Amino acid sequence: MFQVRFHGRGGQGVVTAAELLASAAFREDRYAQAFPSFGSERMGAPVTSFCRIDDKPIRTHEPVTDPDALLIQDPTLLHQADVFVGLKPDGCVLLNSARSFDELGLADFAAEHDGGWLRTLPASSLAMAHLGRPLPGAPMLGGLAALTGVVGLDAVLAAIAERFTGTVAAGNAAAARAAFEFVAGELARERANA
Amino acid sequence: MLRQIEGSRAVAEAVAMCRPQVICAYPITPQTHIVEALGTLVKKGELNAAFMNVESEFAAMSAVIGASAAGARAYTATASQGLLYMSEAVYNAAGLGLPVVMTVANRAIGAPINIWNDHSDAMSQRDAGWIQLYAETNQEAADLHVQAFRIAEELSNPVMVCMDGFLLTHASERVDLPGQEQVDGFLPPYEPRQVLDPNDPVSIGAMVGPEAFTEVRFLAAERMRQALDLIPAVAASFAREFGRPSGGLVRPYRVEDAELIVVALGSVLGTIQDAVDELRADGIRAGALGITTFRPFPAEAVREALGGVHRLRRLVVVERALAPGSGGIVTADLRAALATTDGRPPHPGDTIISTVIAGLGGRAVTRKALRAMLTSAAQGDLPPFSFLDLRRDLVESELARMRAARRSGPSAENMLRDLSATAPGALD
Repeated sequence: MFQVRFHGRGGQGVVTAAELLASAAFREDRYAQAFPSFGSERMGAPVTSFCRIDDKPIRTHEPVTDPDALLIQDPTLLHQADVFVGLKPDGCVLLNSARSFDELGLADFAAEHDGGWLRTLPASSLAMAHLGRPLPGAPMLGGLAALTGVVGLDAVLAAIAERFTGTVAAGNAAAARAAFEFVAGELARERANA
Repeated sequence: MLRQIEGSRAVAEAVAMCRPQVICAYPITPQTHIVEALGTLVKKGELNAAFMNVESEFAAMSAVIGASAAGARAYTATASQGLLYMSEAVYNAAGLGLPVVMTVANRAIGAPINIWNDHSDAMSQRDAGWIQLYAETNQEAADLHVQAFRIAEELSNPVMVCMDGFLLTHASERVDLPGQEQVDGFLPPYEPRQVLDPNDPVSIGAMVGPEAFTEVRFLAAERMRQALDLIPAVAASFAREFGRPSGGLVRPYRVEDAELIVVALGSVLGTIQDAVDELRADGIRAGALGITTFRPFPAEAVREALGGVHRLRRLVVVERALAPGSGGIVTADLRAALATTDGRPPHPGDTIISTVIAGLGGRAVTRKALRAMLTSAAQGDLPPFSFLDLRRDLVESELARMRAARRSGPSAENMLRDLSATAPGALD
């Protein structure tokens, strides 16, 4: 089972992103479950959502406490909540920021967490460029697809096409694709330099 | 058709395929998405029904009572305080024998106000005369609605389909939604037992005095007795038509050789099954028994499910509601069911029954906590009554405050203040 926890703020599409990931996994004939953290919904308040993906039916209905991946849609949350709690030692972190972990003052955390994947991704910038609104959900999923392969980019794009229509669908798809290429490009460069 | 879909949406589509003629509801979290989706289907012309906006839950139930008495297939949904607010009319629907179907998106009852899941709302109406079915998954929530209309109309008795608020209503899961033709084949058009018809006038809702009130109530009990036969028959028919098990009275899981069986209702059963598998891997012979039909209480089916378990020594009832001053609501029915007609327990030796209150007001019921609790139960260390994952420090502080001063203030607010003082980052 692959478990993802999403952190973001009300209005950023945190719940929608988890549902899109579940929908993408479903398209790849896998079992998936997505759910929000059940708070009172308010714009700007911290919001958590979850997604589980497995090859067999998922029976549990408990929150994800030991995620394989963290998708952090708003870097200001790092100062408010322990968003890294429970992350598996080999788990991956995708953080929406144009800055690196070092620049964000997270060098220590990154050093402690050398078993996993740590990435920043300028998801809001990509969303602004392609969608015209700073909604990082779709590009974060594109980045996750490139980083982990837990779902393919095509499945993410199909989930977006099912959920949205018109320019919103096209913008989200373009942002997801750009994010996928951004992360895949970084990984390829790192492999070449290794 | 297989879909990855939010539970509320799946239920709305299943209800729509049952062709309700009148839908009447007032929004309340976490029920709202269901009636919103139904409203959208009506507005788009995909569902030919009258969608009545009303001013309260009391009005919602009153209006579906009227619609049902006029011969319409009628549906509503609510939760929590909404269910309490309509309570008087909830009893009326059952008393009149009207086959209304209602979804309850289970949520706690205040005060303190709490929008999260537990079973306090539905449990408060357990003796209103409604059949109560509890869904384990969103698949079952959708399927139970199709079965509910058939059960309700065949018996002329209302049915409440209970699904855990947020845990199911707001969760996106894989659901196989039936086709319209399949549902039409399973659910015949509504043929009312009693109807307000201007061409054949009758009155419904007479005042009945001591001369016949007991007999009316006897018939209510008799309908429930009939429901115990009908519910499994409808579930079996559903399994034949739709190719999957859903509904029925009880659902045993790995009980055959179990020495420890967990009894529960609703979505926590999935987490319990995972915990049971872990306990089995630890060498503890554990099993689970889901109560799908809570009203009528399926005493005989419970006895049968546990009856072959000659080694059974321990039953742990995980309850998502509390009866203050009494304990566990489900436990009381379970004890009564296990007391056989000759007054002796059905199993050789002593069966020890423990009640564990869990998941109140949205407190997560985790596999880890269940596993620890059940392991201690297997070792004989679980008390007869306990709360899962209780924050004893919070309770002790408040009890100390109450001992120290007469005017100790409101307990809920005091404990929230304690929590924010100990929250990470609060002292930074």
